[in-house]
Amino acid sequence: MGKTIRLKKGFDINLAGKAAPKIVAGSIENGDTFVIKPTDFHGIYLPKVVVKEGDTVTAGSPLFHDKRNDKITFTAPVSGEVVEIKRGDKRKLLEVKLLADSKIEYKKFRSFSESEISSVSREDAQQQMLESGVWVNLVQRPFGIVANPEETPKSIFISAFDSHPLAPDFNLLFKGQEKEFQAGVNILKKFTAGKVHVNVHADKGSSPVFASAQGVDLNTFSGPHPSGCVGVQIHHIDPIGKADLVWTIHPAGVVQIGKLFLNGVYDASRIVAVAGSELKEPQYYATYTGACVKKFLNNNLRQDNVRVISGNVLTGTRIPKDGHVGFFDQLVSVIPEGDYYEFMGWIAPSAKKLSAVPGLGLFSFLNYKKEYVLDSNLHGEPRAFVQSGVFEKVTPMDILPTFLLKAIIAEDFDDMEALGIYEVIEEDLALCEFVDVSKHNVQELLREGIDLIMNS
Amino acid sequence: MKFLRNTLDKYKHNFEKGGKWERFYYAFEAIDTFAFAPNLTAGPKGAHIRDAMDMKRLMITVIISMVPALLFGIYNVGHQHFIAIGEQAAFGDKILIGLQQVLPVVVISYAVGLGIEFLFAILRRHPVNEGYLVTGLLIPLVMPPDIPLWQVAVATAFAVVIGKEAFGGTGMNILNVALTARAFLYFAYPQQMSGDVWTYIGEGQKTVEGYSGATPLAIGNTVSTTGENAVQALESFGAGWAPEGFYSLQNLFIGFQPGSVGETSTLMCLIGALILIATRTGSWKIIVSVFAGAYVMGLLLNAIGGNAYVMLPAHYHLVIGGLAFGAVWMATDPVTASQTETGKWIYGFLIGVLTILIRVFNPAYPEGIMLAILLMNVFAPLIDYFVVGANKKRRLQRATV
Repeated sequence: MGKTIRLKKGFDINLAGKAAPKIVAGSIENGDTFVIKPTDFHGIYLPKVVVKEGDTVTAGSPLFHDKRNDKITFTAPVSGEVVEIKRGDKRKLLEVKLLADSKIEYKKFRSFSESEISSVSREDAQQQMLESGVWVNLVQRPFGIVANPEETPKSIFISAFDSHPLAPDFNLLFKGQEKEFQAGVNILKKFTAGKVHVNVHADKGSSPVFASAQGVDLNTFSGPHPSGCVGVQIHHIDPIGKADLVWTIHPAGVVQIGKLFLNGVYDASRIVAVAGSELKEPQYYATYTGACVKKFLNNNLRQDNVRVISGNVLTGTRIPKDGHVGFFDQLVSVIPEGDYYEFMGWIAPSAKKLSAVPGLGLFSFLNYKKEYVLDSNLHGEPRAFVQSGVFEKVTPMDILPTFLLKAIIAEDFDDMEALGIYEVIEEDLALCEFVDVSKHNVQELLREGIDLIMNS
Repeated sequence: MKFLRNTLDKYKHNFEKGGKWERFYYAFEAIDTFAFAPNLTAGPKGAHIRDAMDMKRLMITVIISMVPALLFGIYNVGHQHFIAIGEQAAFGDKILIGLQQVLPVVVISYAVGLGIEFLFAILRRHPVNEGYLVTGLLIPLVMPPDIPLWQVAVATAFAVVIGKEAFGGTGMNILNVALTARAFLYFAYPQQMSGDVWTYIGEGQKTVEGYSGATPLAIGNTVSTTGENAVQALESFGAGWAPEGFYSLQNLFIGFQPGSVGETSTLMCLIGALILIATRTGSWKIIVSVFAGAYVMGLLLNAIGGNAYVMLPAHYHLVIGGLAFGAVWMATDPVTASQTETGKWIYGFLIGVLTILIRVFNPAYPEGIMLAILLMNVFAPLIDYFVVGANKKRRLQRATV
């Protein structure tokens, strides 16, 4: 049934400060805020806010929807009061902030028993998913945008492990949620004539939540990061050509869909790992989508000059110390800020800095298993493309990132297409950005290319 | 260090946007980032941690890999000098002569090249690229020991302006910059770049009786017309005035032979290659395939047969002329080489093949490696075009299945 795929290329970054396998139970306290940011999603034309500051909402009731496709609704993760609708330049919507009730009130949706779920029609399922807000968990490839309910994907992919630095352990996150995951899968199967793929890692040990899932293809991957990136997995199992559509979804989204149909509520509870070298106690916290990180960092920081990242250190977004976790993120990384000068830093030998190559004076290659404390310093300055072949070594796909990026810079649409821009989004090439000697912002560039292709 | 940092910080704002010396920003940046790795941090979204490898470290690695060849070259210039004038000399004297000939070339090359780099960086508003640190040392190493300094200056200027800046600076050039400098001299001032120029004699010095400055490559050309056995001609060369076994295989490999400053020693080139490969700075695929191409072509010629040069055993080709030097430092230039992994094999192999072809069949150009690399520089994008084309085709075919 499932395939076994061995990947050789790539690079595992081993950072200090992994979350201890301990979950701090979450209860909502007075003053806790939660935030939904439209900027976490790609492919929204224009978010149209349907609430006003001061309104009270229940969990699962709409906050805003996409103006071009108003069925795509973004809903409240918790119940409470809308305290702020934050806008940026040109009134661009940045976030909608909720002040949470201490006891969550849920908007009621239809609930089904496990056996009834299989008889729900695609239309009904879709209707309930869109209305409740779980729909936006579905991401369409190519482009990594919110899935369009009018389309039918050729297959659906679920990556059941995370290979990023400091990644949370999925076996812990989804422990005991077999029923919900299965229900979610059963709903998803209605949307594709093809297969639902669940991909696990050979060495990380797969939780029964995924291993026992019925009606899916269970594929096993091995090898270093980015083996956990769903784009890499699609490339090796069911690659995307020009007219193809594939949907991807995070296991947390699958569970959320399952809960919607089993319990009839939009359940935004999330376990978030708060990890990194600058934390006294890196551990897991049970909370809800869009939680404020202030509570997790209070009295937990080793020093003040830190960078807090919603997500992992390769693809995440910098947030303030009282910022909020992004919609898709189940990790908050805290690393030292790297805003220092280093005398002759370009030649000084070091065993503390990490490099994917055994460069002159860089001794990390002797021990990649060691846990490294890395900061946000660029270690150099932006330069023209010079070195060749390094991107290819960390990209376990039959894709030539250097040529793809150059095609994007040249705005050569034919070449972008032919070189595989449909197959990648930022996270798939994030390691290229890490290893780049010339310090390009590879991911930003790639998104520019994707936007060009999408809007052409 | 604090003092230096403070001084730089004190003047920095003058160079930034709106400052009074704004137009010199990139010149300042070059000095600032040379003294201190900058305090730049990753952007708000994307990779928040970055690899410790940067352009400066990459380039300094290449320079360090060239040091053995440079040191050996300095010694060898003196060594050859005293052989040619028939005197015994101490180690120190040889080094002195070598320094006297080589250092000025290095200084001129860096001064002229970096001067132009800074000028263009200011005029064209782009950062000063570290690439010239390597080029600046490569140029002296491929010059004959007695090259007039003004020619070095002119060639350097030509190479940097026409060979690089005209294309948009480092990373955009088509031809290897150091080889452009050498090729410029070769065609513009052939008298100083061919014939008996490979040993420094010195003004007023008389060469020893029977002396000949012929290089192994020149001997190869001679035997191709006289029909004498090439190996015997090499073995018997220097009889009476040079140390015994002057052009023996072993001596050629170690590098005690006349030639450009840094290219004579295959051994030192291999040490450099080890450094480049161990630090993943140079492509081992290119280095290996250049040698392989030359060796295979040599064997092929041996098998076909023809004149005496054609019959020179293939392994001799690997230790004479600048093949090793070109393979290790010139062919591996990542900007002008093929940039696909498959392409690197083809690119290197063809350089090796062409080098031998030019050497053996074109007596006007005794050294084939320079022209072979420049020619393949021009063809590298074509090789990549086909390799990338194959990648595109695989993607298309896959989609229709």
